[in-house]
Amino acid sequence: MNFQTLSQLAVLCGERGLGIGALMLEEQSAESGRSKEQEFATMSQYYGVMKEAVHRGMTENTTSRSGLTGLDAQRVAAYNAAEEPCLGGPAGQAMAYALAVSEVNASMGRIIATPTAGSCGIIPGVFLSCQERFGWDDDYMVSGLFAAGAIGYVIANNSFVSGAEGGCQAEVGSAIGMAAGALTELRGGTPAQAVHAVGLALKNTLGLICDPVGGLVEIPCIVRNGFGAVTALAAADMALAGVRSVIPSDEVIKVMLEVGSAMPEKHRETAGGGLAQTPTGRQIMKDLRSKK
Amino acid sequence: MRFKDVFSIIGPAMVGPSSSHTAGAARIGRAARQVLGEVPREAEVIFFGSFAATYQGHGTDRAIVGGLLDFATDDHRLPDSIELAAEDGMEISFRQGAGLFPHPNTVKLRLTGRDTGTELTLTGISIGGGNIEIVDIDGFGVKLTGMYPTVLINHMDYLGVLASVTDVMRQGQFNIGHMSLDRKNRSGAALTVLELDEPATAELLQGLRALPAVKSVKVVDLNEDTRAQKGKESTT
Repeated sequence: MNFQTLSQLAVLCGERGLGIGALMLEEQSAESGRSKEQEFATMSQYYGVMKEAVHRGMTENTTSRSGLTGLDAQRVAAYNAAEEPCLGGPAGQAMAYALAVSEVNASMGRIIATPTAGSCGIIPGVFLSCQERFGWDDDYMVSGLFAAGAIGYVIANNSFVSGAEGGCQAEVGSAIGMAAGALTELRGGTPAQAVHAVGLALKNTLGLICDPVGGLVEIPCIVRNGFGAVTALAAADMALAGVRSVIPSDEVIKVMLEVGSAMPEKHRETAGGGLAQTPTGRQIMKDLRSKK
Repeated sequence: MRFKDVFSIIGPAMVGPSSSHTAGAARIGRAARQVLGEVPREAEVIFFGSFAATYQGHGTDRAIVGGLLDFATDDHRLPDSIELAAEDGMEISFRQGAGLFPHPNTVKLRLTGRDTGTELTLTGISIGGGNIEIVDIDGFGVKLTGMYPTVLINHMDYLGVLASVTDVMRQGQFNIGHMSLDRKNRSGAALTVLELDEPATAELLQGLRALPAVKSVKVVDLNEDTRAQKGKESTT
C-alpha cells in the first residue's frame, strides 16, 4: 500500500482525486495482482454475508451455545416499534442491527470479521441501517467497505485490532473508527473529514479493556457492538458538521498502542479481570464449568 | 507490515464467535494439514495462553480440528468438526501447555500422517482478525502467514542451494515476496520458506523437487483454497 498513516491516506486521495474507498480499491488491486472487478466482487460477497447475518439476527433464535445471550436485537427492535425510545429512529435501528450480527456470531453463525469477530456487528449495523434510510445501492455500500478497510489497515499496522493484544479499545474501538470514517465519506464528507471522524471516535474508546465473562465473546461484547454503532453515527455527524479531532487521528492511534501495551494481562481477553472477575462474572464462569 | 491488504481487515467470512480463537485457529489447523501433506491419523493439540484458558467456550478445539479436515473459516461444518474427525478415524487429544510461549494465542500441533506416518510438529499464533503466523515447523524458526501462496523446501545446507532454488523460480517467472531460511546446524537440515505472488504450478514444484539437495517440497495456500471454496458455495 502507498500509505501507512491516515494523513498520508488523505493526501493521496487529494493527489489522485479519489475518495478513500476508490483509492483503497486501486491499491488493493495493485497489491494482489487481481483486477479491481475481482476485488470488488469479493467485497460484495462479504456485504452479502453481513446482510444475511443482520436478517438472521433480527428473525431467528440467536441463543448462544452457553445460553448466556441471545435475542436482544429483537427486544430492542420491538421496543423501538412499540414504545417511545430514548434513542430510537436511525440510531435505534443501527443499534438493533449491530446487536443482531453480534448475536449471530455468539451462536456460531456465519459473519464477516470487521476487523474481528468480537466487533463484527458495528459496521453492518451502521451500513445496513443507513442504506435503508438513505436509499443507497449495494455497490455504493461496498465502496464504503473499502473505505472502512483502508482506515482499519492503518490502525492495525500502527497499533492493533485484537482484544488480546490491546484491549477492547483495539477491537470495538477500531470498528467504530472504521465505521465512522466510512460513513462520513458515504454521506459526502471529504477524506479529511473522514479522518477526523476516525480520531473523534477512537478517542472516545481509549482505555476500554477486554474483559469477556468466562472468556466468551458474549458479555459485554455484544452490547458494546450496539453502543459502538451509535458512537460511529455520532462521530460521523460531528465530523460532517466540521468538528475536528484536535489531536490528529494518527496520534490517537499511537496513543491506543501506548495504552493497550500498558494494559495488564488480566484486562486483555484473559477473563482474569474486569467484568469477568466480578462476583456475578465468577459465578457465571463457575456455572458454565459445572455444565460441562 | 503485519496486515498486508484490505481483506485482512474486512474478513474473513467465518463462523463465530472469535476471529482469533475460531477463524485464526481454523487457519492454523489448515496450514498444518497442508504442511503435513495428508490427513492426520493422530493429532495432539496443545493450547497456550488465552487459547488454553478459553478454548472450549470459543470452539477453538473445533476450529483447529476443522482446519485439520481442510475446512475453510466459514465452513458450516466447523461446529461439528470433532465428531466428523472421529467418524473419520482421527485420534485427537487436547491439553494445556506449560512454559514459555510466543503470543497470548498460541497452539502447538503434533501430527502423524495417515498414509505415510510422517510426523510434524508445528507452532502457530493467532494475531487477530483471523490472521495467523506459523512460527515453528519441526524446530525450524519460520514466519509463514498463509496470505500468499507459500512453498516450503526441506533441503540440506549445501553451498549454492539457494541460488539453484531462485534460479528455478526465475525460469518459471515466479516472483518471491518474502523468503526465510533456517538450518539446524552447518551442513545439516535446512528449511527455506518462500512466499510467492502467484500460486505455485506443478512444473515449478517438479523443478524444485529435482534439485539434488532438496528432500521435500510442500505448499501452503490458504487464500486460493478459501476463494475456491467460496466459489463452490455460491453456485450451490
